[in-house]
Amino acid sequence: MYKIVKKKILSQAVKLFEVSAPLIAKKAQAGQFIILRLDEKGERIPLTIADFNREDGTITLVFMEVGETTTQLGKMEEGDEILNLAGPLGNPSEIKDYGTVVCVGGGVGVAPVYPIAKALKEAGNKVISIIGARCEELLILKEEMQEISDELHVATDDGSVGHHGFVSDILQKLIDEGREINQVITIGPVIMMKVVSGVTKPYGIKTIVSLNPIMVDGTGMCGGCRVTVGNETKFACVDGPEFDGHLVDFDNLMKRNTRFTEKESCAMENYKKKCQ
Amino acid sequence: MRQKMPEQNPKERIKNFREVPLGYTKEQAITEANRCLQCKTPPCVKGCPVEVDIPLFIKYIAQEEFSKAIETLKIKNSLPAVTGRVCPYEIQCEGLCTIKKIGEPVAIGRLERFVADLEEENELKIPKKSKPNNKKIAVVGSGPAGLTCASDLARMGYDVTLYEALSDTGGVLRYGIPEFRLPKNILSEEIDYITKLGVKIRVDTIIGKTITLNELECEYDAIFIGTGAGLPMWMNIPGENLNGVYSANEFLTRVNLMKAYKFPEYATPVKIGKKVATIGAGNVAMDCARTALRLGAKESYIIYRRSEEEAPARKEELEHAKDEGIVFKFLTLPTRYIEDEDGCIKQIECIKMKLGEPDASGRRRPERIQNSEFTLDIDTVLVAIGQRPNPLLPKTDKRIETTDYGTIKTDPDGTTSIPGVFAGGDIATGAATVILAMGSGKKAAKAIDEYLK
Ligand SMILES: Cc1cc2nc3c(=O)[nH]c(=O)nc-3n(C[C@H](O)[C@H](O)[C@H](O)COP(=O)(O)OP(=O)(O)OC[C@H]3O[C@@H](n4cnc5c(N)ncnc54)[C@H](O)[C@@H]3O)c2cc1C
Ligand SMILES: Cc1cc2nc3c(=O)[nH]c(=O)nc-3n(C[C@H](O)[C@H](O)[C@H](O)COP(=O)(O)OP(=O)(O)OC[C@H]3O[C@@H](n4cnc5c(N)ncnc54)[C@H](O)[C@@H]3O)c2cc1C
Ligand code: SF4
Ligand code: SF4
Ligand code: FES
Repeated sequence: MYKIVKKKILSQAVKLFEVSAPLIAKKAQAGQFIILRLDEKGERIPLTIADFNREDGTITLVFMEVGETTTQLGKMEEGDEILNLAGPLGNPSEIKDYGTVVCVGGGVGVAPVYPIAKALKEAGNKVISIIGARCEELLILKEEMQEISDELHVATDDGSVGHHGFVSDILQKLIDEGREINQVITIGPVIMMKVVSGVTKPYGIKTIVSLNPIMVDGTGMCGGCRVTVGNETKFACVDGPEFDGHLVDFDNLMKRNTRFTEKESCAMENYKKKCQ
Repeated sequence: MRQKMPEQNPKERIKNFREVPLGYTKEQAITEANRCLQCKTPPCVKGCPVEVDIPLFIKYIAQEEFSKAIETLKIKNSLPAVTGRVCPYEIQCEGLCTIKKIGEPVAIGRLERFVADLEEENELKIPKKSKPNNKKIAVVGSGPAGLTCASDLARMGYDVTLYEALSDTGGVLRYGIPEFRLPKNILSEEIDYITKLGVKIRVDTIIGKTITLNELECEYDAIFIGTGAGLPMWMNIPGENLNGVYSANEFLTRVNLMKAYKFPEYATPVKIGKKVATIGAGNVAMDCARTALRLGAKESYIIYRRSEEEAPARKEELEHAKDEGIVFKFLTLPTRYIEDEDGCIKQIECIKMKLGEPDASGRRRPERIQNSEFTLDIDTVLVAIGQRPNPLLPKTDKRIETTDYGTIKTDPDGTTSIPGVFAGGDIATGAATVILAMGSGKKAAKAIDEYLK
């Protein structure tokens, strides 16, 4: 059992939990994730390790309520326990001094960008961060990102704060201004990662994306998480989750993420009924 | 006459997940046990990888001394309720039975199941244990290899901790073999027995990730690796990443470990269409095709590139599958999956095959028949063409020597390239059988005991 030691509401549907998991906290590195199951009847879902504290033995999870499991998780309180939590899974981000790195996070994707940006900064990079959301209400971790970035840009779809438009617009502008950019890392909705990769491709700027296919075990056993990268099949849980964005078949990933849509809404309906 | 096994009627059973063979009654078991000739040098024992004293346990059944029968079994086989259900006995013990020369062999497997079940109905006895010797052992992987190694060592007096990556123990017995073939309460009772022996179980712990092998070496006197063959193989044909194409592992894990067959009571979904094709003809394939039927498929096909004779599944599984109405397409090879407008599979393109000269495996090599392509309308594909050794742990520690095939190199007793680290089961042999995995767990337990003396 893994105890929730801290709960914080970041926006309407995005919550932050600190969970006691000493063995995982000891090993965790930026870019890795865990798989959890809330109870006996629960589903296994992957969540990124958004931060960790080795002394306290805790890891931080930031998640958006999109379906049954994340909604149920969102209702849990400090002191409650999660039944299963396994990790750290996946390969850590490659952290070294690239020069100038642009970190692009969208929606709840800002959470997993944060530890990577922090580590890149500590490794000596100049970190330019671009974060975005649909509206100001949904924008998360702005202060935290500000603190560890040399430069922070904000975009919202409705213009309620920062640039009125997409994070990719800002990236394009930086490139057009002739700013030196050695590496881009981007995490967020698949469509956003696709667009960002499309922006950098003509300039040959290496762009790392962190993929979020549907997973079961997270240890390379089921192949449910397979993604097409450079025309090869890869398992995101053991070969990734980070890949070269210029090689990823995003359309295939978007389709694969709808594999269970019908069933997922059925589960959500069922969950709502149970809760009434 | 060999006693027939009572079974659930095929028409009924394809609508539920309850066990198919119902087990012998006491009368049937005694009648069957009396068929045994009590051979002086029993050939059947040679066919059993763990050398169960078959004539003796059968004699006890004939004499209605059931607790002596189970004791005899358990000396060599710690999971008789499991092996009595899943051993390919027709090619092992029963394959060598003397009576087979003149008729049907003694039903050794079914008798084994009978006594094991009888014991489980009664209270499980806490087994005898040696005095604690204060030596600590880590066992990695809770499949049959790990479970056997852990229970043997615990009985010898070792302080054993069993580490498992998934949320529950049992390995393939839990996530792979379906409820209708191996009810999970039977497995849970076997695991209870092991905890009663004092084995500590740590689930959600991925060795190589959560804890490294090196860290285990610092804390334990010896380590056994039984991480199995969990890496699904693919055919690498066009369309394999379409929606509706699953590896057997994903499909079975969703259904068995995560209980998707009870969705939405259990939160894990599985989507199954009306026309399901399973590729391959081993035990895994039969499990997939039969599970698909139970989840509501109207048609369930097995597509296999060789003929029925080469099919690696246990005979009983093939028969059960046929009785349930699975359609077999032998000498057929899928060449391409065709997608609909939503990125889901809608058809399989196949080519017909013929058998040529024997290949390295001794089986006749399937060859394509030119211009024999045809398509089948299919909305779900389950790829069950084999599993490779799980590379996760070996990849995290360069000191572990592996073969080109990915298995961990071991001596016959399980010794690996690292002193104090042993391995067995599918990770050392490649995908094999439950009883072979148990046999190697046993050998390794003995080797560990000798190593630490
Ligand atoms: C490596 C990895 C790291 C992740 N990290 C985070 C994180 O830090 N924070 C976070 O909020 N989410 C993260 N996700 C996504 C998260 O796992 C899903 O949101 C979650 O599984 C949804 O479960 P559910 O039962 O609540 O919703 P479901 O009912 O299963 O799904 C509801 C909706 O979400 C979509 N969905 C389902 N699974 C995924 C998925 N894997 N990715 C994207 N959309 C999905 C469905 O298509 C559906 O529209 C990560 C995914 C991966 C693979
Ligand atoms: C669907 C199916 C049906 C089968 N039917 C039959 C049958 O009828 N008869 C028969 O004899 N055989 C059958 N087999 C084969 C048989 O199940 C295997 O040969 C046997 O289970 C191998 O045992 P094992 O202990 O080596 O590994 P496994 O049973 O594979 O167990 C390995 C365990 O190790 C865990 N693990 C892996 N990596 C790590 C890690 N790094 N850290 C911690 N834990 C880890 C895994 O999660 C797993 O639980 C079948 C196999 C399948 C898949
Ligand atoms: S363990 Fe398997 S091979 Fe051995 S006697 Fe029992 S059924 Fe036969
Ligand atoms: S070979 Fe057959 S008849 Fe002989 S002892 Fe074994 S089971 Fe009995
Ligand atoms: S989640 Fe099962 S192989 Fe990646």
